[in-house]
Amino acid sequence: MADTTADTGAGAPVFRVDSVSYRYRETVALAGVSLTIGAGERVALLGANGSGKSTLLKMLDGLIFPDQGHIRALGHELSAEALKDDGFSRMFRQQVGFVFQNSDAQLFSPSVREEIAFGPLHLGLSLEEVGRRVDDTLHIMGLEQLADRPPYNLSGGEKKKVALASVLAISPDVFLFDEPTAGLDPKTVSFLERMVLQLSDAGKTVVTATQDLELARVIAERVLVLGEDHRLAGEGPPDEVLTDRELLLSSNLIHDHSHRHDERGLEHIHPHSHLTDHGHQHG
Amino acid sequence: MTEDAALPDWLTGHGRKRSRDWTPGDSRRQSAIAGTLLGLSRLVRDSVFSEKIASRPGLLQNLDPRIKLVGMLSLLVTVSLLRNWYLILPLYGFTLVMAAASRISLKLYIRRVWLFVPIFTAIIVFPSLFNVVRPGDPLWVIRDFGHQVTLGPWSLGTSLAITYQGVKGAVLLILRVVTSVSLGVLLALTTRWADLLKSLRVFHIPRVFVLILSMTYRYIFLLLAMAEDIFTARTSRMVGPSSPREDRRFIASSMGTLLGKSHAFSDEVYGAMVSRGYNGEPVISHSFRTRPADWFWLASVTLAIAIIIGGDRLLG
Repeated sequence: MADTTADTGAGAPVFRVDSVSYRYRETVALAGVSLTIGAGERVALLGANGSGKSTLLKMLDGLIFPDQGHIRALGHELSAEALKDDGFSRMFRQQVGFVFQNSDAQLFSPSVREEIAFGPLHLGLSLEEVGRRVDDTLHIMGLEQLADRPPYNLSGGEKKKVALASVLAISPDVFLFDEPTAGLDPKTVSFLERMVLQLSDAGKTVVTATQDLELARVIAERVLVLGEDHRLAGEGPPDEVLTDRELLLSSNLIHDHSHRHDERGLEHIHPHSHLTDHGHQHG
Repeated sequence: MTEDAALPDWLTGHGRKRSRDWTPGDSRRQSAIAGTLLGLSRLVRDSVFSEKIASRPGLLQNLDPRIKLVGMLSLLVTVSLLRNWYLILPLYGFTLVMAAASRISLKLYIRRVWLFVPIFTAIIVFPSLFNVVRPGDPLWVIRDFGHQVTLGPWSLGTSLAITYQGVKGAVLLILRVVTSVSLGVLLALTTRWADLLKSLRVFHIPRVFVLILSMTYRYIFLLLAMAEDIFTARTSRMVGPSSPREDRRFIASSMGTLLGKSHAFSDEVYGAMVSRGYNGEPVISHSFRTRPADWFWLASVTLAIAIIIGGDRLLG
């Protein structure tokens, strides 16, 4: 049975992660991570490949559980035991949506329409309400033309949109994005960025795991950095964290040659190719 | 790559002439195994996963899935109860009529069913045709030994012959298999997967069983997609044609990799389903509703079953 004792008031944290560790057989994925994510926050979880970002997101979604430490979500202890309770499980799944990095893992229905209906149906909404949500979601995501196509035949960008649509239709209060822009064209990336900001304006909590510093700058109001040692290496507002060379270097997010674009007030650091020469003209 | 490591010469191509010559007509054909695999994968994707036939209007597609399931299961049980092979024939004919009325290409349907019969049934029944395995009245004597032949403790009789009882048993078994497979294929082709799972739950088939079926379905898809990727990746790195022997070796060595990969990926798929509220209970976007036509179909099936079973009992 889920514990319902605390953290339920207004402004309470959505997630409270307390000294969480996790390992996949011999490989350490998280080592004593503690963090808090407040309601309505826009948080980027930055980290290099293998730093444990995806693991942490899966934990926040109650798909895997810590070896050590505790997680409280929406005011309740989040554990395998708690999720066995049908009522809690339904409430949690309705409030927390997860957009997977690999869209193929998320798309398994015979048509886009059914893919979007999957979540609302399983959460017990009426058929009428499901139909309405599917139509609305198709419309806001611009997917009407693809409604009856099988999702596996779509392009990478379209698949990502369907994956996001399938979560949007559940109307969760918390969105977890795992590397949402990886491998997408610039137009789809900016579409997703706008979508995240719109969701945030609507009061949703958005947690995005990424290694894209530019994306973190655009969509986050707070950045958490997971270090190579699988611990929280730093946190703060994007303009502080993304200009902290030492932190980014030690977390393997940039290399020595990365530099700052501050000539036009763009305070951020980005990695940069140095195979040809070292001229740093950025018009 | 470590920081500031220079690219080796073999990679940059410096100091080496690269041949850009090629002889027209030198292109190699896709290997037979890769072709088969890709073909199979596309077929399964297009026909099974897209549920093309199931979404077409037709006799069986229009039936309530629950009624259809009951009817088909009753026919299956009947097929296994019949003792006279010639009474199974009308039932097989019935499946063909239903297939045609459900707008399934008969050529494709018959081929799909009969393709499996020689592989899975004919080999099994073949030995039972002979008097050595199943004694009986000889129908065709292949060889007369003229004397009692024994093999260790076994007596093989005085001749090698195909028996009347052996042939009768083989025909009965093959017809039973063909008709049962035909019924199964018909049900699967004309029913959307989610509807079929939901119907199973209506009849109180345990949730874990339905969950396993449901995951198997997703899993086949993943396995095929991954096998296709592995083959495409291999083709892109290959220079020159590969022999069938190499192909076979590749298949054997990549099977383990494939299983490992798809297993890890299927965890992710399951996670994605759970994350959207899946708990093993299939849910569909419409409610089942029976119409008079459903009951009429079920009554016809029941009547046909009664007549055939009655006939079977009368004939003994």
